[in-house]
Amino acid sequence: MSVLPEAEQLCARLLAELKPLVGPNSAMIGLYTGGVWLAERLHAGLALTEPLGTMDIAFYRDDFHKQGLARDPKRTQIPFPVEGRDLLLVDDVLYTGRTVRAAMNELFDYGRPARISLVVLADRGGRELPICAQHCGAKVEVPADTRLRLRRGDDGKLKLELERAE
Amino acid sequence: MQSNPQLNANGELRHLLSIEGLPRDVLGSILDTAASFVGVTEREVKKVPILRGKSVFNLFFEPSTRTRTTFEIAAKRLSADVINLNIAVSSQTKGESLLDTVANLSAMQADLFVVRHGSSGAPYLIAQHVKPHEHVINAGDGRHAHPTQGLLDLYTIRHYKQDFSRLSVAIVGDVLHSRVARSLIHGLTTLGTPEVRVIGPQTLLPTGVESLGVRVFHDMREGLRGVDVVVMLRLQSERMRGALLPSAQEFFKHYGLTAEKLALAKPDAIVMHPGPMNRGVEIDSSVADGPHSVILPQVTFGIAVRMAVMSMVAGN
Amino acid sequence: MKILIRNGRVIDPASGRDAIGEVAIADGRICEALPGKPERVIDAKGLVVAPGLIDLSARLREPGFEYKATLESEMDAAVAGGVTSLACPPDTDPPLDEPGLVDMLRRRAKVLTRARVYPVGALTVQLAGERLTEMAELAEAGCVAFSQANAPLSDSQVLWRALQYAATFGFPVWLRAEDHWLARGGVAHDGDVATRLGLPGIPAFAETIALGTLLELVRATGTRVHLCRLSSAGAVEMIREAKAEGLPVSCDVGVHYVHLSDMDLGYYDSHCRLTPPLRSQRDRDALSGGLADGTIDCLCSDHTPVDEDQKQLPFAEAEPGATGLELLLPLTLKWGAQRELPLAETLRRITSEPARILGVQSGRFAPGAPADVVIFDPQAPFKVAAATLRSQGKNTPFLGYELEGRVRFTLVAGNPVFEQA
Repeated sequence: MSVLPEAEQLCARLLAELKPLVGPNSAMIGLYTGGVWLAERLHAGLALTEPLGTMDIAFYRDDFHKQGLARDPKRTQIPFPVEGRDLLLVDDVLYTGRTVRAAMNELFDYGRPARISLVVLADRGGRELPICAQHCGAKVEVPADTRLRLRRGDDGKLKLELERAE
Repeated sequence: MQSNPQLNANGELRHLLSIEGLPRDVLGSILDTAASFVGVTEREVKKVPILRGKSVFNLFFEPSTRTRTTFEIAAKRLSADVINLNIAVSSQTKGESLLDTVANLSAMQADLFVVRHGSSGAPYLIAQHVKPHEHVINAGDGRHAHPTQGLLDLYTIRHYKQDFSRLSVAIVGDVLHSRVARSLIHGLTTLGTPEVRVIGPQTLLPTGVESLGVRVFHDMREGLRGVDVVVMLRLQSERMRGALLPSAQEFFKHYGLTAEKLALAKPDAIVMHPGPMNRGVEIDSSVADGPHSVILPQVTFGIAVRMAVMSMVAGN
Repeated sequence: MKILIRNGRVIDPASGRDAIGEVAIADGRICEALPGKPERVIDAKGLVVAPGLIDLSARLREPGFEYKATLESEMDAAVAGGVTSLACPPDTDPPLDEPGLVDMLRRRAKVLTRARVYPVGALTVQLAGERLTEMAELAEAGCVAFSQANAPLSDSQVLWRALQYAATFGFPVWLRAEDHWLARGGVAHDGDVATRLGLPGIPAFAETIALGTLLELVRATGTRVHLCRLSSAGAVEMIREAKAEGLPVSCDVGVHYVHLSDMDLGYYDSHCRLTPPLRSQRDRDALSGGLADGTIDCLCSDHTPVDEDQKQLPFAEAEPGATGLELLLPLTLKWGAQRELPLAETLRRITSEPARILGVQSGRFAPGAPADVVIFDPQAPFKVAAATLRSQGKNTPFLGYELEGRVRFTLVAGNPVFEQA
């Protein structure tokens, strides 16, 4: 198993990549939970005009009928109009692409953005839908029966971790 | 002896029949999920696709416009298809039996039954006979339970007061016939409310009501002293005919909520009512429309709570 | 036919006999010794040989309710349960208020040659509680007592007159004590369980208030009254005092009521919808104790076949009643075992005591007594299941339960009417 990259380093790299690309029409939305942590760091570093949006895709998942409703879904809060925006959609790990599909469906119920760019810390491959990240910290290879997660320490430091999938 | 029919083998909510018997964490989960749905009800596109392609049958054996409408709105906001069946049942007519009605609807690919029935226990009978993928939500059975109302009442209290462990709640009026009161009492005691009071004349309080975990008051002024939440129950006109009460006027004088009586509760007390209100019978207009009343927000929360319950059962 | 039953544990509660021995039967009667060789020998090794059971209340559903059950099916059920004599309440359709109906019922039952049927006649015409029936005519047609079954008799003046009239002829009156107004609309015992389940309640004082009235009327008229289906601790206490006072009263309790309470309603199990209602555990314990100390004279099944359609309804809409003929023996044995009573004492409650109240010669093994016998295995287990019940009524709260006590042979008037290996 290859060693996981340092999340903090990837975060800094993304920040540098995004800085020249954001403007007054840009806004950011993080996906719970790892995506929100990452988005908070990026949002702070990019000095965007609009506050950070947070999104829980629980009500838009495509596996509701197998898995049921997630315990304690969080509340999606998008404190700016979506219409016509250049949106940065932020998640920690890109895998099958289903989470992003659900996020886009939910987003379009709020309005019609001008464009959506996907920002992820790690891309582990294994895509099941035609989705790709415009900005990616690193490509990572991990075994199929594991889950790649972002963790935030008490000191606020981000770290990538591998868990056995249930 | 049967096991709790509401929960499946994993302890997840399969049906919602009663608040009684729901573990505390499931109760909390429903309230938290409802909070997320409040967000949906506040945005432009008030729909999410969770129950797309699912059929929700509103099976109302007792007439009701309000409850049925809120369930219909909630189901539609979850993108479900809704079919309303109002089945007026007269005790003299022997029509199709309850189970036959359900079996026929089941054959029409129903996924979720929302049932209101005049006989306590009817939803349990239905739940024992539905297919594994079908779910039952009790919208009120006899005088036994009205769990979604109880849940929205709990949600409302949590919204305004946050911490149940310090609250004193008074429920006033016809507790004997009230499924709303029973559901709320179970919910409050499960969530650790230290002081739950029922206030009413002896004729309107059920035998052994203390065994539900409440303190009984016949004097409304005594009962309202220092409470944080006042819940007024609806008084039906039949009660005057059943030798339970002499008149609406006498009832209002002793058990109606007026500003003067409300002043005995805490200064930031909230006033709730499951509706529809009988102004001048159980509650004075000045209180119903006044600053303590949260009666209208209760209605909004009701939609989110029902969305939460339907989503949770349909996924298990 | 000359029959010899050997090697069994012969228990005769009336005489106190409880020993391995023989029972000899000739010409339909018990005899001291068999005159000559037996035509049939029944080996009762490992089994109990007792007088056939006597059930003071079993509904046969004829006339009128043949869609629920028939005389054939219920008589089969009776002898399969070891019941050799039963009294049937008058609430048939039409009620047993005319000698012709009584006569027809007795003839039908006799032709079937299974258990002996003792009809209880209606106390008032149509059981409506207004006019007296021709009790003397009904007695001549074969009625052993007069009753209102579960129909109310609210007019206390009519009740008084009915008791006086019955006393004139020495007829016993069997009544269930319940104040019609206090019970109105109720479907369960008025207590914590009914409150939780949201079911309208029948308070225990609906029974004790009516019982008080009845006992006063007994004092005034001297009528022999048998109180049916006691349900509350308060009633047991009142009967205890009435007996101590010397009033001519007796009483019974349904076999379900010494085992079950309102806690058994669970999630609205309509098999527990009974009349009178199952009351609190305290009431149940008082009934069980009252039966043990003799305050309550006997147990009966109160057999009431109800078809499943009438039970698969919300609790308050379901028809009350439980099937019981085939469960009377095992449930009685279970009660006796719980109270740690000797078997003879347990069996007394369903043999000699009901015989005494009914005024019949069966229920004992005295020479010359009718040869009504039950031979059973007290330890044999069986699972209560709809498929194995012979009654058309499959409605019992004990469905799925494992009970002990299987009948192997039942004889009525010396004829084997039921046999099972």
